[in-house]
Amino acid sequence: MIGWIRSLGRWGLAIFERLGRGHIFLWDMLRGIPEVMLRFSLVVQQLHSVGVLSVMIILVSGLFVGMVLGLQGYNTLVDFGAEESLGVLVSLSLVRELGPVVCALLFAGRAGSALTAEIGLMKSTEQLSGMEMMAVDPIRRIIAPRFIAGIISMPLLAAIFSAVGIFGGFLVGYGLLGVDDGAFWSQMQVKTDWYDDVLNGIIKSIVFGFVVTWIALFEGYDAIPTSEGVGRATTRTVVHSAFAILGLDFVLTALMFGEI
Amino acid sequence: MPLIKIRDLHFYRGDRTIFDGVNIDIHRGKITAIMGPSGTGKTTLLRLIGGQLRPDKGIIEVDGQDVHKLSHKGLYELRKRMGMLFQSGALLTDISVYDNVAFPLREHTDLPESMIRDLVLMKLQAVGLRNAREMMPAELSGGMARRVALARAVTLDPMMVMYDEPFTGQDPISMGTIVNLIHRLNEAMGLTSIVVSHDVMETTEIADMIYLLSAGKVIESGSPVQLKHSSSQWVQQFIQGLPDGPVPFHYPGANFANDLLSSEVPA
Repeated sequence: MIGWIRSLGRWGLAIFERLGRGHIFLWDMLRGIPEVMLRFSLVVQQLHSVGVLSVMIILVSGLFVGMVLGLQGYNTLVDFGAEESLGVLVSLSLVRELGPVVCALLFAGRAGSALTAEIGLMKSTEQLSGMEMMAVDPIRRIIAPRFIAGIISMPLLAAIFSAVGIFGGFLVGYGLLGVDDGAFWSQMQVKTDWYDDVLNGIIKSIVFGFVVTWIALFEGYDAIPTSEGVGRATTRTVVHSAFAILGLDFVLTALMFGEI
Repeated sequence: MPLIKIRDLHFYRGDRTIFDGVNIDIHRGKITAIMGPSGTGKTTLLRLIGGQLRPDKGIIEVDGQDVHKLSHKGLYELRKRMGMLFQSGALLTDISVYDNVAFPLREHTDLPESMIRDLVLMKLQAVGLRNAREMMPAELSGGMARRVALARAVTLDPMMVMYDEPFTGQDPISMGTIVNLIHRLNEAMGLTSIVVSHDVMETTEIADMIYLLSAGKVIESGSPVQLKHSSSQWVQQFIQGLPDGPVPFHYPGANFANDLLSSEVPA
C-alpha cells in the first residue's frame, strides 16, 4: 500500500516537474521572439517546412471531409425538404469546428511530429549543445522561428482546409445530388457570419497552432537523446496534441457559442 | 596565472558522485590532457567548464571569470572565446561544410559575405578540407567530420579549444591527421587546448600536462614523462593498458569457488 502511494506521489511529482519545464521552455521561447522578428528570414524558412509542406495533406483531407459532409448533410436535410440549406450546413461545420479541429489534428500528425523528431535528433546528435558552445542560443535560433511559423501556418492551413471542404461539399451537392447552386452559395453567405463563425474559427486555429507547436517543440527539446527516446517523444507529441486540441475545442466552443 | 582554474569541484548525478573535490589548472598556450577510464566524467568536466552544467560545489574560473556566476549574456560572451570539438562533430546536418564553418561568423559578426568566404576557406585550408566545402555532413567520413568541426571551432579565433575524445573511432591515418592538427593549431594560433581522451599513445604524444582522473578524484598529474615513471600501480596499469591490477579484471562480487559450489539457480 505504502509502495503504491509512493509511486503515485512520484508519478504526480514527475508530471508537475514536466509541466514546469514546459512552461519555462515556453517563457524562454517567448523571450526569443523579438530577436527572431528582426531576422524574419529564419521564420520564412520554417514557414516552408512547417506550413507549405503540410498543404497537400490539408488539401486532400479537406476535400474529402467536405464531400462526406455534403453526402451526409444531404441525406438528413432531404427528409425535411431543406436540401438547399446544404451550403450552410457544410460551411458552418467546417468554419466553426471541422476546419480548425481536423486541420489541427492533421497538423500535429504531419508538422508536429516532424518538428519533434527534428529537434530530438538535433539534441541526440549534439547539434543543440554544439550551438550553445558556439554562443548561439538554440531556443532563439532554432526553436523560436519554428514556434512562430507554427502559429502563422495553422490558421492559414485551416482556412485552406475549410475553403477546399466547402468546395468538396459543393461538388457533391451540386454535381452529384442536384442541389441548386444558387441556393447553396447564397444561403451559405447569408447564414455564415464573419465575426461569430469565421473569426471564432480563426481564433480557434491560432490557439491550436500555438499549443500544438509548443507541445511538439518541447517534446523534441525534452526528449531522451536516444533513438527510442526520440521515437517516444514523437508519439507523445501526436497523442498530447490530440488531447489538447479536443479539450481546448470544447472550452473554446463553450466560450464562443455556448451560453456559459 | 592559469587560464582555467578548477577548485574543489564536486558534481553529482543523482546518488552517483562524479567529482569529489577536483583541483585542476590549465595553463595558457599549453595542451592539457584529461585522461581516465570511461565513465569518469571527462566529458562532464568539459560541459562544466563550458557552463552547460552547474557544479554542486566548487569554482571554475575561465580567464579570471567564475563561469557559473556569469549572467546568460556574460556566459555567451565568454563562449565566443571558447571552441569545443564534440566527439560526434555536432555539425549542423542540414547545411553544407562551408555553411557550417561560416555559421559562427554569420551569427556573431556583421562581416560581408566576401570576407566570410575568405575566412572560411582559410580555416578549411588549415584542416585540409577546402575542396570538400560543398559537401553535406552526411557525405563526410567520421574523421573528415571532426576536421570540419575543428575548423568551425576555431573560426572565431578563440583563446581555447576543448576536444572531447578527438581520437575515438578513427582509422590510423585520420588519427595521425587529428593529432597533428591539434598540435599545429595550438602552436600556430597560440591556443590553450584541453584534450579529453583515453587514448594513451596519441595523447601523451602531444600533451604538455596530463591529469589522470578516476573515481571522482585526480589520481595523478604531471608531464607525460613524469607519468610514465610514476610509482602508482594504478597509473602504470592505465598507461600500459594492463588488463588486471588495481582496477580488477573481474567485476567485484562473490568468490568464484563459492559460486560454483552454490546450488542457486538464476530465476
